[in-house]
Amino acid sequence: MDIAAYAKKIRIHALRMTSRGGSSHIASVFSMTDILAVLYGSVLRVDPKNAKWAERDRFILSKGHAGAGIYATLAERGFFPVSQLDTHYQDGSLLSGHVSHKGIPGVEFSTGSLGHGLSVAGGMAYSAKLDGKGHRVFVVLSDGECDEGSNWEAILFAAHHKLDNLVAIVDYNKIQSLASVSETLELEPFADKWKSFGWDVREVAGHDLKALNDTFERLPFSPERPSCVIAHTTKGKGVSFMENSVLWHYRTARGDEFEKALQELEKGAL
Amino acid sequence: MRTEFIRRLHKLAEANPDLFLITGDLGFGVLGDFAKKFPRQYLNVGVAEQNMMGVAAGLALEGRRVFVYSIGNFPTLRCLEQIRNDVLYHRLNVKIVAIGGGFSYGQLGFSHHATEDLSILRSFPGMTVVSPGDLWEAAEATEAVFSRPGPCYLRLDKSSAGHTERPGEVFEIGKARQLRDGRDATLIVSGGILELALKAAETLDVEGIHCRVLSAHTVKPLDADALERASRETGGFVTIEEHVIDGGLGGAVAELCLEGRFPPAFFHRIGIRSDYPDVVGSQSFLRARCGMDLKAIRNAVAALVRGKARERGRAERAAK
Repeated sequence: MDIAAYAKKIRIHALRMTSRGGSSHIASVFSMTDILAVLYGSVLRVDPKNAKWAERDRFILSKGHAGAGIYATLAERGFFPVSQLDTHYQDGSLLSGHVSHKGIPGVEFSTGSLGHGLSVAGGMAYSAKLDGKGHRVFVVLSDGECDEGSNWEAILFAAHHKLDNLVAIVDYNKIQSLASVSETLELEPFADKWKSFGWDVREVAGHDLKALNDTFERLPFSPERPSCVIAHTTKGKGVSFMENSVLWHYRTARGDEFEKALQELEKGAL
Repeated sequence: MRTEFIRRLHKLAEANPDLFLITGDLGFGVLGDFAKKFPRQYLNVGVAEQNMMGVAAGLALEGRRVFVYSIGNFPTLRCLEQIRNDVLYHRLNVKIVAIGGGFSYGQLGFSHHATEDLSILRSFPGMTVVSPGDLWEAAEATEAVFSRPGPCYLRLDKSSAGHTERPGEVFEIGKARQLRDGRDATLIVSGGILELALKAAETLDVEGIHCRVLSAHTVKPLDADALERASRETGGFVTIEEHVIDGGLGGAVAELCLEGRFPPAFFHRIGIRSDYPDVVGSQSFLRARCGMDLKAIRNAVAALVRGKARERGRAERAAK
């Protein structure tokens, strides 16, 4: 699969979905798009025609506010019709702003309130260990989400139980809702925190498709330890005026802004 | 009740390898045998309730039926959003068990008084709420919530009415048990305070006031049929629960009676009406302090029944 083309399609879908729906978080989608494209394009063992296949790798989007991104990723991968994306955020739609599993094949778990996904993934990974199953459990978290104490409970849990079938990927775009991460609640030294909790950590350029793929191919990074990938990303990646801007956590691209964003994405210059 | 719960859980775990028990580092002297006997069905997740509920959801998503055990408000209020978003929205087989309903841990202080759990948990769509009143109910409820698909909350109490079951009786979630009959009033009771309700009914009987007693072990779903019959056949309702009066059993009964158009002739809730107690004490001490000991129950019922009789007398005189 052409991962770059896949990522481009995801971004364009998400831009259209959020614009049409008037929803937020487009910049949060763009920062994790390349991660999702690599995961669903080449890393995850999934079957779009059999979404509940027992041996599938599990994926939870814990930063559920980037729902448009996972919906677009799944639709492009064939889990449900791409045309359904048009309903996002509309009255009566199954495609909510924050990701929901109901009626949407491929969505493993519904989130939206931050700090839930990693615990659930820990339970799933623990269950797989008990049953001697070989599938893996992946979670994507946001950086702001790591303010939530529940994550640190889950981080302790996974290391204690040696869940090397669990992978936490942090979309570290350095910007949260109202300000930068370092202005809001500093996470640094971030990798050291995960390491000191017993995880094996890799830092990676979060928009370098090859680097992402190479990193994921080395999973698990070491036996009997859960794996953490800190992906250094750019919030709003792909659209010049959205990049590294707090504004686009909430702002919706409409009119000229939409057209300009679409042109930039189609050109794929960034 | 705790002993009944764990004894039944042993039996269920033997027969059902999909049964899994999680504790939040509580259950000293209670769960040790279970842990030894069923190491693949037991996990102490530590003092981390939010993670505990999330892990339970994860295990349930993978096909297990998970009991989550802790005390007081820890497995409920401390991880309420995990219950709502992770367990309820996904309709998972997670059975939350709280030991220490009401003032069971009275001396431990207000942090350990579980006095708002029924109203909070019953507000959740899809949640079954069970609060047994005697030891038999506690054991049977353990099995019933295990067998019932979906999320359940089981509130266990230190006190209990002992054994009130009849030979061959079958426990059913959502079916209130009639333990006494009488025409003057119906006492509708949830939890271990059933012991006092039964004693109050006995005392009142001697005084010529005859009460029906319903053990409403299931607060959600309530037994609408039993309540409608009681409203028709008895003088009025007194609800009794070791819980704040807002939105618990009494609130649920009131909602059902008014909407169902079978309001009882009188209606009174016995429960906690005061602020959090600033002193500690045994369960019975705190009940007395909150106006829900044997004497308070007896007096409240007698006043309601006699008040109603006086009103009726006045109305009859006026009619003449």
